[in-house]
Amino acid sequence: METFEKDRRARYIAIVLSLAAAFVLLIILNIRLGSVEASLSDTMQILFGQGGDATLRSVIWKIRLPRIFAAILLGGALALSGFLLQTFFGNPIAGPYILGISSGAKLVVAIVMVLVLGKYQGTSTALLIISAFVGAMISMGFVMLIARKVHRSSILIVSGVMIGYICSAITDFIVTFADDASIVNLHNWSRGSFSGVSWDDVSVMALVVICTSFLVFLLAKPIGAYQLGESYAQNMGVNIKAFRIALVLLSSLLSACVTAFAGPISFVGIAVPHIVKALLKTSKPILVIPVCFLGGSIFCLGCDLIARTVFSPLELSISSVTALFGAPIVIAAMLRKHGRD
Amino acid sequence: MDYFFHTDELTVGYDGKPLIKDIEIRLEKGRILTLIGPNGAGKSTILKTIAKYLKSICGAVYIGGGSVAEMSDAEMSHLVSVVLTQRMRTELMTCAEVVETGRYPYTGRLGILSDDDRAEVRDAMEIVNVWDLRERDFMQISDGQRQRVLLARAICQRPQMIVLDEPTSFLDVRYQLELLQTLRDMARERNIAVVMSLHELALAQRISDDVLCVKGENITHYGPAREIFTPELVNELYDLRDGSYDTLFGSLEMRRPEGEPKLFVIAGGGTGADVYRGLQKSGTPFYTGVLSESDVDCRIASALAAKVVTEKAFCRISDAAFAEALELLQKCGEVVDCLSAYGETNSRNAELFERAKKLGLTVRRAEELV
Repeated sequence: METFEKDRRARYIAIVLSLAAAFVLLIILNIRLGSVEASLSDTMQILFGQGGDATLRSVIWKIRLPRIFAAILLGGALALSGFLLQTFFGNPIAGPYILGISSGAKLVVAIVMVLVLGKYQGTSTALLIISAFVGAMISMGFVMLIARKVHRSSILIVSGVMIGYICSAITDFIVTFADDASIVNLHNWSRGSFSGVSWDDVSVMALVVICTSFLVFLLAKPIGAYQLGESYAQNMGVNIKAFRIALVLLSSLLSACVTAFAGPISFVGIAVPHIVKALLKTSKPILVIPVCFLGGSIFCLGCDLIARTVFSPLELSISSVTALFGAPIVIAAMLRKHGRD
Repeated sequence: MDYFFHTDELTVGYDGKPLIKDIEIRLEKGRILTLIGPNGAGKSTILKTIAKYLKSICGAVYIGGGSVAEMSDAEMSHLVSVVLTQRMRTELMTCAEVVETGRYPYTGRLGILSDDDRAEVRDAMEIVNVWDLRERDFMQISDGQRQRVLLARAICQRPQMIVLDEPTSFLDVRYQLELLQTLRDMARERNIAVVMSLHELALAQRISDDVLCVKGENITHYGPAREIFTPELVNELYDLRDGSYDTLFGSLEMRRPEGEPKLFVIAGGGTGADVYRGLQKSGTPFYTGVLSESDVDCRIASALAAKVVTEKAFCRISDAAFAEALELLQKCGEVVDCLSAYGETNSRNAELFERAKKLGLTVRRAEELV
C-alpha cells in the first residue's frame, strides 16, 4: 500500500475514533446534566443496576434517555437527508430546511393536527409521519420543478427559502384558528424540540430511520458514480431515473420523520455533511454516509444539551441552537463554493 | 458481414424532432470513426444517441450484436465507455478516485475495489500518463490533465467501444497528439472501436480510419479518410469561401489577396512559403514562379498567388514557362528572390533573376523583405 493511502486510512480511523469518543461523552453528559444533576456513580447505578434515587431514576429513564435516542436518530437522519439532497441537486448548500422541505412537512402536519387530532385526541405517530412525508414530497416537488427550469444553484436555494416562508405563513394562519389545546401542542412542536419524546416514539423513529439509513448506505455506490454527473453515472450502468426517485424518496422520508417528531430543525443537514467531508478530506459516500450519521447525532446531542441546560429551567428551541452553530458553517460552505466558481 | 457497431436508418434529434436522418454507420472493432462537420451540425446529437443518452427518433443502434434500445444501462456499461465535453465539478475527489469510478460495472454492491480493479486503474492511468497525478484533487489540475484522467477512466472500464465528444477541445497540441495516439494504440492493442467527434481536420485526417461528415439534415459523406479529405469536399462541408484546404497537409490557407499584382516572387522547395504568407497578411497580391508542380511552394502558392507559373514535376524549366514568367515579371516592376540553391531543374530561375536586374527592376532578396 502506498504511503498516502496509509496516511489516509490513519486519518479516517483517527476521525472515527474521536467522533465515537465525543458521541459517548455527549451521551453521558446528556444523561447527567439538566434540572436535576446526577453524579457519575448515580448514573451508573440507575442505568445498569437497581435502586438509586427514584425521582432521578424516572427522570433519566422516562425523559432523558428517550430524548437522547431521539437526538441520535433524528440528528443522523437530518445529516443524511442533507447529504442526499446535496447529491441530488449537485449543490453543497442544499438541505431539508433551507429547501423548504421541513416547512412543507410542518404545514401538512399542522393541518392534520388541527383537523383530526384536535377532535379525536391522542396522537397517532404513524399518521404524523405520513402527513409529514406528504408535506415533504409536496415541497420537494416544487423545488424540483424550479430546479428543472433554472439551473442556477443560487436561485434554487432562494426558491427553497421562499417555499419555506410560504409554508410557515400558512402554518401560522392555521395555528391562529386552532383551539387552545392544539395551539399549545403545535406551538412547542413547530419551534422544533426533542422534548416530550416517549419510548413508543423512539421505537417508531428507530424503525423508520434505521431502515432508511440502511437503504441509503446501500446506495453508496451509485451516489459515488453520480458525483461525476448524471451522464457519467449512466455510462457506468446506473439507472438514473430509478436512482433519482430513490434519492428523493429517501431524503424526504428522513426529513419527514424528523419533522414529525421534533419539528423543523435548521442547518444540521448542510453543516454536518460539510464538516464531515472537510474532516475526512474525501467525499467517498461509503465513508461519508456512516460518518455523516454519526456527525449528525453528535451535532444534535450537543445542541440539545445546550438547549436544555444553558438557561435551565427555561429551554431553548433546538433550531435556535443548531442555527447558531450551523449557519456560520453554511456561510463558510457558500464562500468556499463561490471561491471555486 | 457482421459489424461490431452499426446503425440502421438511424434518425436522431431532440424532443421527437428529427435533426439528422438516415444515418448508416458500419464499424469494425479496432477501427476509429471520426465525425466532422461545422459547429451545431449535430455531431454531439449523434454521439449522444449512440451512447444511449438520447432516444433515437427512428431506426436503431446496434453494438456487439444487440440493439442499444433494448440494453440495460448495466449491459451498456460493459460495452461502451464515454468521454464527454461538459465540464464537471467534483468535490474532494482525487484523480485516482475519478478513474476508479470506471470500475463501477465490475465491483460489488458497495463498490469496493479488488486488487485486480486497482491494477486495472493503475494500468489505465499509466497508459495516459496520469499516474503521477493520482493523489491530486481532480478540480486542481489543468484542463488537459483532466481530459486525460477522464480517458483513463474510460479505459479502465474495459469497454469494447469508446465514444468521445470532442476530446481534444481543451488540449494543447502536444496533448492532442498524445491523446489521439493513445486512442490509436487502444484501438490496435485492445481491439476497441472508437467513435468520436473532432474539430481539428488535420488531426481527424491522421487518426481516422473512417470519417462521417455531418451537415444539415443528412450525412453528406461517409467513407475511408483518404476519400473524404479532398479540397472540394472539405470546402463544401464547411462552406469555405475565404480560405482553402490542403488535403495533403490538412492545413488551411487564408484568403488570396485581391488586386493587380506589383510583385513577382521567385521561389521553390518551400523557400517561398513564409514570403507568400507574409504578403497575404499585408494584403499584397503577387505572381510567383517558376515552380515545379510537385513543389510544396506550389501547393501554398496556388491558394495565395494571383497566378503561379508552373513546370511539370521533375522537369527542367521549359522555354514556354520561362517566357511566361518573364512576361509577368516585367508587368510587376518588383522582384523578390527566395532561392538560395539552384539545381538542375530550377537553374533557369537564377537566369530569371539576372534578367530582372538587367531590366532595371527593383530586385530584392527574401531576407531583405522583412
